[in-house]
Amino acid sequence: MKDTLNKAAKILTIIPAFNEEHTIAQVISGIKVHAPYCDILVIDDGSSDATALRARATGAKIIHLPFNMGYGIALQTGYKYALEKGYHYMVQLDGDGQHDPRYIEGLLSAVKSGETDVAIGSRFSKNNENHVYRAGWMKRTGILLFSAITSLIIKQKVSDPTSGYQAITRKVAQFYASEAYPCDYPDADVIIMLNRAGFRIKEIPVVMHQNKNKKSMHSGMKPLYYVFKMFLSIFLTLLRKRELFNQGSGRVCP
Amino acid sequence: MPIKQEIFAIVISLFLLFFIIELVRRKKLREEYSWLWLLTGSIILILALWYDLLQGITRFIGASLPTSTLFFLGLFFLILIAIQFSVKVSALFTQVKNLAQENGLLKQRIEELEREDYSPNEHESKES
Repeated sequence: MKDTLNKAAKILTIIPAFNEEHTIAQVISGIKVHAPYCDILVIDDGSSDATALRARATGAKIIHLPFNMGYGIALQTGYKYALEKGYHYMVQLDGDGQHDPRYIEGLLSAVKSGETDVAIGSRFSKNNENHVYRAGWMKRTGILLFSAITSLIIKQKVSDPTSGYQAITRKVAQFYASEAYPCDYPDADVIIMLNRAGFRIKEIPVVMHQNKNKKSMHSGMKPLYYVFKMFLSIFLTLLRKRELFNQGSGRVCP
Repeated sequence: MPIKQEIFAIVISLFLLFFIIELVRRKKLREEYSWLWLLTGSIILILALWYDLLQGITRFIGASLPTSTLFFLGLFFLILIAIQFSVKVSALFTQVKNLAQENGLLKQRIEELEREDYSPNEHESKES
């Protein structure tokens, strides 16, 4: 059944979902088509709609959180599960159809070949000329700002620090499952933390689709809070000692 | 300090101290949180009984009136207590988060085990 190439490695795709009943099934079937060798785990983050039902109907594994706890915590739950079940590589993508499952393969091969620990799907990467991601000026400015800051701090070009489309190794999952992980708003600060913890990061060009009928994570008063929170988080990350992250990455699953 | 003020301050601080001790005695308040409150109550009591100390502190911090010193100390302790609560709320949040995650993981595991129980064939084919 499984792809012979991937037989040795157990791979899990993690989809945190909060009220994604319209898109979740489509995302899962996309993964089944483009990455049939992956197990699929949906974290139902206390959805009030039919997200869990739709996901269950596709045969994916589901973890229910008893109440809505936010993207980062849902994601971390997925990583805890992956560690418990002994997965070697994990891919995280959103349940809103923004992340095209076609690129799972590319992200995975970057981590599986050992050239990097974290492969981040970037919609703005230079080699990604065939597609232009359209976003409001506020969002664009925000991404540009944090891209510049992150790139400066880790001394490596990061064009899309807000991307939640990633493939990671088990080692990184251990770090994500530790208390060092900023559960409330994982974003550019995570990239800096990963860098400080000594992980290698590589960007892979991907295409992201615009959310059709979605309240963005960054809407209303949120952008202001987001910018403030991100500055604070990056600042605090820089203040913390390197050893803290290394300890964190080793503690959970020795 | 006028005698009226002094009596008032002493009564208030005694009331606060007894109230806190009573809460702790009845296990309504954990000892862990009581110490800052007890400290606050004791300091009010000490300052009410010992006016020279209050004046000394007032001179030391450069306040113009002993009343400002009292207000300042009161505010300062309230802030300390609020910070203590924030720290505790953060710790509780982490605990709730871990519990919720653990709960989700366990539930998933139970569902998996139940499925395996009901369909032993599927279980075998999984292992092969």
